[in-house]
Amino acid sequence: MEYFVQQLINGLTLGAIYGLIAIGYTMVYGIIGMINFAHGDIFMVGAFIALIMFIALLSIGLTFVPLALLIVLLVSMAFTAVWGWTVERVAYRPLRESFRLAPLITAIGMSIVLQNFVQIAQGARVKPLQPLITGGFTVMEKDGFVVNLSYMQILIIVLTVVLMCIFTLIISRTSLGRAQRACEQDRVMAALSGVNVDRTISLTFIMGAALAAVAGVMYLLYYGVIDFYIGFIAGIKAFTAAVLGGIGSLPGAMLGGMIIGLIEVFWSAYFTIEYKDVAAFSMLALVLIFLPSGLLGRPEVEKV
Amino acid sequence: MTAPWEKDPILRVRHLTMRFGGLVAIDNLSFDVGRNDITALIGPNGAGKTTVFNCLTGFYKPTEGMIRMTHADGNEFLLERLDDHVIARQARVARTFQNIRLFGGMTVLENLMVAQHNPLVHASRFAIAGLFGLAGFKRAEREAVERSKHWLEKIDLVDRADDPAADLPYGAQRRLEIARAMCMQPVILCLDEPAAGLNPRESDQLNTLLLDIRKEEQIAILLIEHDMSVVMEISDHIAVLDYGIKISDGTPDFVRSDPHVIAAYLGVEDEEVA
Repeated sequence: MEYFVQQLINGLTLGAIYGLIAIGYTMVYGIIGMINFAHGDIFMVGAFIALIMFIALLSIGLTFVPLALLIVLLVSMAFTAVWGWTVERVAYRPLRESFRLAPLITAIGMSIVLQNFVQIAQGARVKPLQPLITGGFTVMEKDGFVVNLSYMQILIIVLTVVLMCIFTLIISRTSLGRAQRACEQDRVMAALSGVNVDRTISLTFIMGAALAAVAGVMYLLYYGVIDFYIGFIAGIKAFTAAVLGGIGSLPGAMLGGMIIGLIEVFWSAYFTIEYKDVAAFSMLALVLIFLPSGLLGRPEVEKV
Repeated sequence: MTAPWEKDPILRVRHLTMRFGGLVAIDNLSFDVGRNDITALIGPNGAGKTTVFNCLTGFYKPTEGMIRMTHADGNEFLLERLDDHVIARQARVARTFQNIRLFGGMTVLENLMVAQHNPLVHASRFAIAGLFGLAGFKRAEREAVERSKHWLEKIDLVDRADDPAADLPYGAQRRLEIARAMCMQPVILCLDEPAAGLNPRESDQLNTLLLDIRKEEQIAILLIEHDMSVVMEISDHIAVLDYGIKISDGTPDFVRSDPHVIAAYLGVEDEEVA
């Protein structure tokens, strides 16, 4: 039982990180119908910017962690948003009217570019960061087994829930959100209604990248080490989460992220850790066989 | 003699030509749209009417020609040079489509709100003020909701405001499209076959709505329509296209008795027309 609760906490934490990345996939897919394969690497760039900022802040003697964290979050979100915007502007917008596979190929290209750029600029070795947020609660204790809920885990889950609420509000209540949903359904008609489609798409990339940056900061703080390759596997997992939850659906992305995180953690805990990715991806296969549009996705309706 | 719509036209189309490869969809077309007129563009299938609309709204860039729009305050726009969303919000051209293009997954009210996106985006400072509910944005949002309500009353859909647009019956969807276009506060409203698929009663309601819009909003309406009962009853001015060429232009009475028009619609031997 204690073991189970501990794994549940770990799974939800990991799931929150996957969910934050998955939102970027799902929003971009929703609005322009393409898979932004560079999104995982945007997450990695976010983590690196955070690492550089933390080291810079610590070296100038700012050791008050909450303030440092806030500055790092904001700076990392801002810079990563610029990266996301640039990727869209350079690699996707010129190809928007092209055939469907073209932006997919440039997306994979951008992913390789970002990985190699970071590898050259920051080196290929793993980069450590000293633990900044330590300690936590003891949830329960029995027979010497302690169930821990660390402050870091609380931070990740709370921050994810807050961001999720903010983004749901933006999408459902603001004029920007309405414009995004309008572009999602009929880009031509949205433009004729006076919506600047290019700008709406850019803003979608910016929002997705900012969330990926938050995920990057959390990943860095949680695991303490990053390298130029973390974007690949995390990106694939988050993409799986987005498809699992129903691609195009914001709550679906979060739910999918949680499920993937939980499956991975429980599989590692109770079965063999080597096969945790197999378990996560098998779940995807099963869902796609029985629920092709994902858990919360709208079924594709053929227009007549 | 100059026709009334040539004195102070809101739209002057001159030598408009649109080629798609070897196909000439519109050939050297010139016509005027009066400032507060209902102008109908008619012609057999494939005459190029919708292509004219697509050129007007920036969907196509014309191969040749000029589309000059003059607002009442003297501002001029050359529509053939502008992007579609600029045409929509600065030149204030609104249009509907032959096949209904509502945002089906959004509610009826949201459809009308999207059409007022632009003033709202500025008021909301790109969603940031909107999120925190600042005063300026609240006021703009309230105005947008008021305008939406006004049009919902006009089209008789107030009680369905929160239903998805795709769930409305066909005739109501057509009316909603017109209301959405009107929420953009256009100076010219382009309607592509608004009466298509309507029953006689709905078609009557449409006539009333369009006459009402012209009278109360003081805007120009440009209409593509096959339903002659609509065209003849409400138009002030009709231009007739056939194979991309204008074959007649005048008042409904003039067009109705023009032998070229009769020939194009009914088909007669060429020598009879000449």
